[in-house]
Amino acid sequence: MTIGLSHYLTVAAILFTLGIFGIFLNRKNVIVILMSIELMLLAVNLNLVAFSSFHGDLVGQVFAIIVLTVAAAEAAIGLAIVVVYFRNRRTIDVAEIDLLKG
Amino acid sequence: MGRGRAEGAGEGGGGVMIANALFFYLFAGLLVASGFMVIAVKNPVHAVLFLILAFFNAAGLFVLLGAEFLAMILVVVYVGAVMVLFLFVVMMLDVDFAELRAGFLKYLPVGATVGVLLLVELILILGAWVTAPEITAQAPTPPLAEISNTRALGQILYTKYVYLFEAAGLILLVAMIGAIVLTLHHQRDVKRQSVPRQVGRTREMSVEVVEVETGRGLS
Repeated sequence: MTIGLSHYLTVAAILFTLGIFGIFLNRKNVIVILMSIELMLLAVNLNLVAFSSFHGDLVGQVFAIIVLTVAAAEAAIGLAIVVVYFRNRRTIDVAEIDLLKG
Repeated sequence: MGRGRAEGAGEGGGGVMIANALFFYLFAGLLVASGFMVIAVKNPVHAVLFLILAFFNAAGLFVLLGAEFLAMILVVVYVGAVMVLFLFVVMMLDVDFAELRAGFLKYLPVGATVGVLLLVELILILGAWVTAPEITAQAPTPPLAEISNTRALGQILYTKYVYLFEAAGLILLVAMIGAIVLTLHHQRDVKRQSVPRQVGRTREMSVEVVEVETGRGLS
């Protein structure tokens, strides 16, 4: 019944895969894509904290704090872009965001 | 069981071990289930709520790993701020979410292929790696009985990694300014103060001497 490092790594791997899967499934909805990215970052954080705890090294947790910061900034900027885009085009369909085609 | 907490757990014996395992399976199962619901439910509001549940369970796993500070940060910052932001945006945008799900089943095969491949690769790696024996901890975790996780983290975050910490603050500042600049917009028909026009006003623009004939008025 001992819970080892590989248990936590397996959970994080499943969560990361769910994030990738979510991006493929909800390809048109920007908000769900952002949520899938949050899931993937959570999986990465889980990996960092698991390694930090099992190796007795606090640096992993410091790095997890940085990842959390970047994830929060990314969510704020991403949602701001979605709001501005919706104001201008009345849609958030990814397939229709093609104004910049070369 | 983390090396930093190994001494404390040794005294508790088998009961603590079994409780630890039970809580791990509870949190991990709920985490994976709510993570799946995030990508599978139709209504984005429900997806955000399941994401909140996923973050709570991840915080539980962090507590099991001895990272109490990160667990609290996850609940306070993530559930309290970022997820509420998501909820605001989902409810504010008047989008036909059913139409956005039109290609849901079309992308299922390719998504499932990529997902299963990635999962198999990750699990293959999990079975194969070993930690190099000669590595040593950069900042060894002090035992939890002597010094709490938050205090230990603060002691290295404000000394050895202070530049990293400042950089994180800078990232948040840039994100805040960026989000404000992006979403601020002026409405045309609202009268507002214009400081340059007020300061640039001269006497000639505002005062006029008019000769008024007696008994006829201004018009």
